[in-house]
Amino acid sequence: MPLNTEAIGKSYPPFEYEVGKEKIGEYARAVGEDNPVYFDRAAATEAGFRDVPAPPMFAVVYSSGSVAPALFDPEVGLNFAMMLHGGQEFEWGEPVCAGDVISTATTVKDISEKGGMGFYVFESVSTNQDGQEVVRGTWTNIVRGVS
Amino acid sequence: MKVELKVTPDKYLPHRYAGASGDFNPIHIDVDFAKQVGLPSNILHGLYTMAQVARANVNAAGGDPRSLKRLSVQFRGMGFPEQEITVTGSVKEERDGRVVVATEAEQGGKRIIKNAEAELETSS
Repeated sequence: MPLNTEAIGKSYPPFEYEVGKEKIGEYARAVGEDNPVYFDRAAATEAGFRDVPAPPMFAVVYSSGSVAPALFDPEVGLNFAMMLHGGQEFEWGEPVCAGDVISTATTVKDISEKGGMGFYVFESVSTNQDGQEVVRGTWTNIVRGVS
Repeated sequence: MKVELKVTPDKYLPHRYAGASGDFNPIHIDVDFAKQVGLPSNILHGLYTMAQVARANVNAAGGDPRSLKRLSVQFRGMGFPEQEITVTGSVKEERDGRVVVATEAEQGGKRIIKNAEAELETSS
């Protein structure tokens, strides 16, 4: 069965996420960060941040709410039982800090087949309340046995 | 600049990461479920391991999270709790005032993240 590529270019409504200081702390502790800027407002402002900054990979917390509907879209047709998270890229812009409201929009960047495997590539673009881009994510999911 | 970080996620780390990230896929937090689908045990979230790669690079650049401009990884194999992860990397090139670091993460002699590339702005 050939891969259905009709969803390429499809985009989804933006998802809004308000960044909380304690959520940043919870995430930072889970991934083993010990830099005080992630926990202490005084340390953060001392280091030149507007407020407690999020660790770079906190990007997954505020953008996954936008990526998930694309992954689960029946028009995309991802077979979850056979899916692997193959690759991930983030490109960071303006730092994300507690109190920011981040809006993320996702598009289906590409669907292609190579060697019997399907490659589903999604792009998420996240901007803050001032319209500055904070992160651009490229999510590559691989589905085995598509042909 | 040398990137090296060792970390051993404890037994309950996948649960804490699930709560922090919102990813409660049972293959990460339920040993019985993981075994039912053919895995040896519950497995680490790939994005947790990627966060270790990010942390290793930021630390090597002096600890400022603003220094990390780009990170791309390929996930290979599976990571497990209660086993040490080693992240290593070395500078591949310098371009446009940025350092490009080739990085990988291994556990028990197996690479779980390969071809990772981090772009860092070092404070100058």
